[in-house]
Amino acid sequence: MCQVSRRRVERLLNLTMCLMATSRFLTVSQLGELVDGYEPGVTEEEQEAFRRMFERDKAYLREIGIPLETGTDSVFSDEVGYRIRRGDYALPDIALAPDEAAALALAGSLWSTTALAGPAASALRKLAAGGAAVGDDGLGALDGFEPRVDATEPAFEPCLAAVQAGRAIRFPYRKVGETAVAERHVEPWGVLSWRGRWYLAGHDVVRGAPRVFRLSRFAGPVRAVGSGGAVRVPPDVDLHAMVSTQAPPDRVRTATLAVRRGTGHALRRGARPACLPSDLPSDLGRRLVVPTDMDLVEMEFADTEGFARWIVGSGPDVIVLGPSELRAAVVARLRAAAAGTAGARETAPVPGGR
Amino acid sequence: MSAATDRLSRLLALVPWLRAHPGIPLPAAAEAFGVTPRQLRDDLDLLFVCGLPGGAPGDLIDLSYSGDRITVADPQTLDRPLRLSVDEATALVVAARALADVPGLAGREALDRALEKLEKAVGAAGSVAGQVRVSLDTHAEVLAAVQRAVRERLRVHLRYLVWSRDELTERDVDPMRVLVREGNWYLEGWCHRAEAVRLFRLDRIDGPGGVEVLDIPAAPPPGAVSRDTSEGIYRPGPADVRVVLELASPARWVADYYPVTGVRELPGGRLEVILHARETSWLHRLVLGLGADVRVVEPLGLAAQVHALARQALAAYGLDAPSGGAGDER
Repeated sequence: MCQVSRRRVERLLNLTMCLMATSRFLTVSQLGELVDGYEPGVTEEEQEAFRRMFERDKAYLREIGIPLETGTDSVFSDEVGYRIRRGDYALPDIALAPDEAAALALAGSLWSTTALAGPAASALRKLAAGGAAVGDDGLGALDGFEPRVDATEPAFEPCLAAVQAGRAIRFPYRKVGETAVAERHVEPWGVLSWRGRWYLAGHDVVRGAPRVFRLSRFAGPVRAVGSGGAVRVPPDVDLHAMVSTQAPPDRVRTATLAVRRGTGHALRRGARPACLPSDLPSDLGRRLVVPTDMDLVEMEFADTEGFARWIVGSGPDVIVLGPSELRAAVVARLRAAAAGTAGARETAPVPGGR
Repeated sequence: MSAATDRLSRLLALVPWLRAHPGIPLPAAAEAFGVTPRQLRDDLDLLFVCGLPGGAPGDLIDLSYSGDRITVADPQTLDRPLRLSVDEATALVVAARALADVPGLAGREALDRALEKLEKAVGAAGSVAGQVRVSLDTHAEVLAAVQRAVRERLRVHLRYLVWSRDELTERDVDPMRVLVREGNWYLEGWCHRAEAVRLFRLDRIDGPGGVEVLDIPAAPPPGAVSRDTSEGIYRPGPADVRVVLELASPARWVADYYPVTGVRELPGGRLEVILHARETSWLHRLVLGLGADVRVVEPLGLAAQVHALARQALAAYGLDAPSGGAGDER
């Protein structure tokens, strides 16, 4: 944050109040005379320095959201003047009841330590300044409920800023399961927290298609490119659907598993009881005997490798009966684990990794 | 520049805020604005000399603090706060919408009313709020039951999966609060089975039938205090086993999903992570599942146990383990 000198803050405050108090448009030279802190000077250089100072002050006020109106009152002069209309400046009276204020206070506490925690707190202060009973009693109805959202990823703030500014960004990104880092060029449509993780959704310029990026996989700084307001967000974008859609339904298949009784509780929750499939592959049928202490269940899956990883974790407590592609993936992982990857690499390290 | 950290923005909000809180003690005002009492006094001294053109006493902001109590007699034009900035509108509207999606929320009706007023008041500044979203991913029926129990201070009976041991347990719990941390919902309460305060992840309660609100008043003992979660839900204990894993690139996601206490980049996109575990059976599942993408650096016993489990599993398929490479376990 840039530090603004005390003198400048005083001057900006006086300027703001002066522009609020006037109903006429005040020209730069009038403001120079009226506002404490300006020295319009007499020489051309002094006057030029004053005008530059005013331009900077004007930009500052606009940047913090003060609505400066420009116009002129005089038909004899086209010199532009300034004023601030109270109705444009002031937060409308939103007259929150105590329970409504309490609900917003709870909402404001959601942001924990994220970049939005400060703005949420200052928004609540403004509501309180407007007369709402924010932070007073009334929290009782919501007592015992404490939602918190974190955003520790360094990419969160620049992505949020890019979304707010409607500006394209470039960033290095490592796709899940890949070693290589690739530069991405994205027009951001939004940021979304889903299952405790932050995602950026947008249009991937290079691939020419919508893409979702997990902020924790950004492998370096985010750089804004192009001008603000250049990104057009399609009106029908559903961020939640973009992030949560995992697999197209045509890829979903059914697995038949044998699960040892008293184990695999997490896995059983998505499963239903099943019978031994009649189309058991003959090679499996010869060698495999389902032990009597196991239950047969069926469940849906889409990502073979991910599902195989989950099943392999249960070791001898879960056996895949079908489909054979899933069984092969599980057996391959078991062989890798049994081959002693751990021990083997210690004696024969692989230079440079995989 | 953010309106939340900008001094001029603070001053513009401070004057009407003080007007709405007449006679407020200076330390309380400082706390509300997240500044030190000294900084706030400095703000007041600055406001004191500002005002309308003319600079006569009647043109200045008129405020006083006698003792430590602040009173604003004349705010000049600053009687109302400035509209919410885009940042402020986004922060509050997005958070309120996220909560409004939570089923069974006590005070839901008040929140809906507040959100409607807020959206109207922020106007165009709230338009970005549609592009930021927090999905709290609720477990609707379980959550509704648990929230009712908290609200009405009733004991619950849980059928709860202890994930680290793959064990389904039954227990009575006196609820204390419901919280969301790192995207997960938890019930905190006094567990009569453990005779201690425990956190229960709602997605590990065994479905809607896994929670039963009993007709017994909840009475956590006076000594039951909520856990400090500011440093995260999981805190390693002194008896925990230290585990060091070397992850190949396809397994880097582990660092995102498990409570790692240390992460180190290795050549070739590999990652070394340090975990602390009270139970080891979940580690068996993790390491087994990762297959060739993980190397157990320590403890050595873990590697041996995982090899043994993999061999047993292969035997269940009627297959032998590959020969060689695993000689270290004998």
